Amino acid sequence: MSAYDVFQLFFPYILSGISIGGQYALIAIGYSMVYSILRLINFAHGDVFMVGGLFMVFAAASFPLWVAIPVVIVLVVLLGFLIERVAYKPLRTAPRMSVMISAIGVSYLLQNLALYFTGGLNRMYPAIPWISDTISIFGVTTRRVTVITPFLVVALVFILVWLINNTKIGIAMRAAAKDFDTSQLMGIKINSVISTTFIIGSFLAAIGSILFFTSFPGVFPAAGAMPGLKAFVAAVFGGIGSIPGAVIGGLLIGVFETLIRGGDIILGPAGLGILSGSMDIAAFSDAFTFVLLVVILVFRPSGLFGEKPTDKV
Amino acid sequence: MDVINSTKKISTKNLTIIALLVAFFILLIILEQVIAPTDRMNMLLVSLRQGSIFALLAVSMNLLNGFTGLFSLGHAGFMLIGATTYALFSIPLAQRTDVFLWFSDSYLIRTSFPEVLGNAIGGPGMIMGMLIAITLAGLITAVFAFLVGLPVLRMRSDYLAIATLGFAEIIRALIMWQGLGTLTNAGNPLRNFTRHVDLNITIGGQTFGLITFTLALLSAICIFVIILIVSSSYGRAFKAIREDDIAAEAMGINLFKHKQLSFCISSFFVGIGGALLAIFMGTVAPIQFRAAMTYEFLLIVVLGGIGSVSGSVIGAMLFVFASMWWLRGLDSGAFLGLERITIGGFNIGERVFVSGFRLVVFSVIIMCVVLFFRRGLLGDKELPYYVKKLKDTIVTRITRKEKAGVSDG
Repeated sequence: MSAYDVFQLFFPYILSGISIGGQYALIAIGYSMVYSILRLINFAHGDVFMVGGLFMVFAAASFPLWVAIPVVIVLVVLLGFLIERVAYKPLRTAPRMSVMISAIGVSYLLQNLALYFTGGLNRMYPAIPWISDTISIFGVTTRRVTVITPFLVVALVFILVWLINNTKIGIAMRAAAKDFDTSQLMGIKINSVISTTFIIGSFLAAIGSILFFTSFPGVFPAAGAMPGLKAFVAAVFGGIGSIPGAVIGGLLIGVFETLIRGGDIILGPAGLGILSGSMDIAAFSDAFTFVLLVVILVFRPSGLFGEKPTDKV
Repeated sequence: MDVINSTKKISTKNLTIIALLVAFFILLIILEQVIAPTDRMNMLLVSLRQGSIFALLAVSMNLLNGFTGLFSLGHAGFMLIGATTYALFSIPLAQRTDVFLWFSDSYLIRTSFPEVLGNAIGGPGMIMGMLIAITLAGLITAVFAFLVGLPVLRMRSDYLAIATLGFAEIIRALIMWQGLGTLTNAGNPLRNFTRHVDLNITIGGQTFGLITFTLALLSAICIFVIILIVSSSYGRAFKAIREDDIAAEAMGINLFKHKQLSFCISSFFVGIGGALLAIFMGTVAPIQFRAAMTYEFLLIVVLGGIGSVSGSVIGAMLFVFASMWWLRGLDSGAFLGLERITIGGFNIGERVFVSGFRLVVFSVIIMCVVLFFRRGLLGDKELPYYVKKLKDTIVTRITRKEKAGVSDG
């Protein structure tokens, strides 16, 4: 096999892996920011992402696309904001477990609402002109969204990092993440900081959902659960609280997942020829993420770029 | 004197509970003979069956999440192991080629306990075989839980939750993997195994149904064992870990050993619950055992009260009865006559009460419980505590009235 053949074999998987990974990264940032301030795994975040997809399905049916996209983004941001206000804020002084249960409850509610409004059917995601066009790159046919995603993610991350490092609200966020109680004593309005965190997280999830579902067959009630969990793993892998970490975690998970999904072809007779028959490696494409999670939690609980957590007695 | 008095009190209290339970089970047997399967009231029996299995599953989750304070979300995965193990050891040999359609005759497990013992001793043998398969389901689940526990139980609370959730997915992927297909049937549904319908006894042409009774009895026995564990010294150690693990360690409790113990015991009963659920459902399809299933049980436990066994039982019964029976109308266009309301050509029965509305209502109720009644129905107390409290208030009211009557006269 020549080098070019190897490139031809791997390139499509790596390309789509980077794209999916970028979409995971956008969700992962929301998880990471919320966790670093509230120490809460926001189980509902993946479902907010799914609801974003559904909003788009319904909005595109009644508005032209240039109206539908902003409307969807605003609605998703509003949803994230409301969830925090209704389901998490009343439990601010409650034990952490209660807030996590509340998050699971919201996730359950959103999935059931989606089930009710879609009738459990798979809803076709509207084709968005230009970004869902088919293009050819290095002999691989793909949608334009696959190529755009990584660039868009990098751009958004740069803006976000700038916001967090240089604006007043960004400094407040970092302070709240460092020490929740002390930051309150220093006069930071903790509720508005938390709301801003949810708004940013939901905004990125809305962008992520547009990119993700464009190259996905459709939206169904459980569509957000798996990407949500994977994005959380990405956030843990990169180190909770670190935005570049979440992006690198998302990209790695995306690439490895697509490589495993295509494992039988890559390693099979038509590929590298290591396997003679089918091993059904693809069955582990989802499970791999969790293996990665367990490995990282056992050997490096703070993740790649995370700060070492200090346990307070 | 005091000591004797108190033991006597406890024994009378226990006697009342035992008498109530015996009466309940006799009632179950009678009900099952009276209600015909075609009767509308048959829903009661079906709900009782599912409810008792859900009760066991909720209580075993409560043992871990409520009593030991380990927030584990691996429930669905362990249930799947239990259900699969039971099915694999109870599909009659003649049926296996049919079930393992994609693997011709290369399936690995070639023993069916109910069949082997049934052929040897007859009816009782079959029941013994089922019990062996159910116990084995529990044991194998506990072994897996032990292995999962080794890395997972050293993690901090929320990482534990997400890691156990991950392991449940890994377990499901393994069971659905083609490479293990000759063992597990690789995600194709397992069916045709010995079920509760085989539990009916025929004497002189007359069939006696014992399905509900048997399922409820098995769950009750398991829940009873869990209660014994919770009230033993191990149970107290679990609660100490929940309250403050550092203080518990300082008091000489080996944290990891006790966490592992709680994890394995809980999973053992989850495995048994999974096996019973397999018996109830008739097919085991791994695709159903997703994280959403775990969430459902967690919410049942929250509804009943975290740290209350009787709360979990009541929560599970309420959940099953509401979703199977009472709220069914919400899905099918008729509920309390509300379906007749029409506002501006918008008929509630036709437009609102359609498939899925029941679950929406249920999740809204759950959210209200989570936000406003955080202690759930029973908090961390047991049912007898509330009965006693009720009795006390009634007694004080009566005596107050009597006193008032005396002063009046």
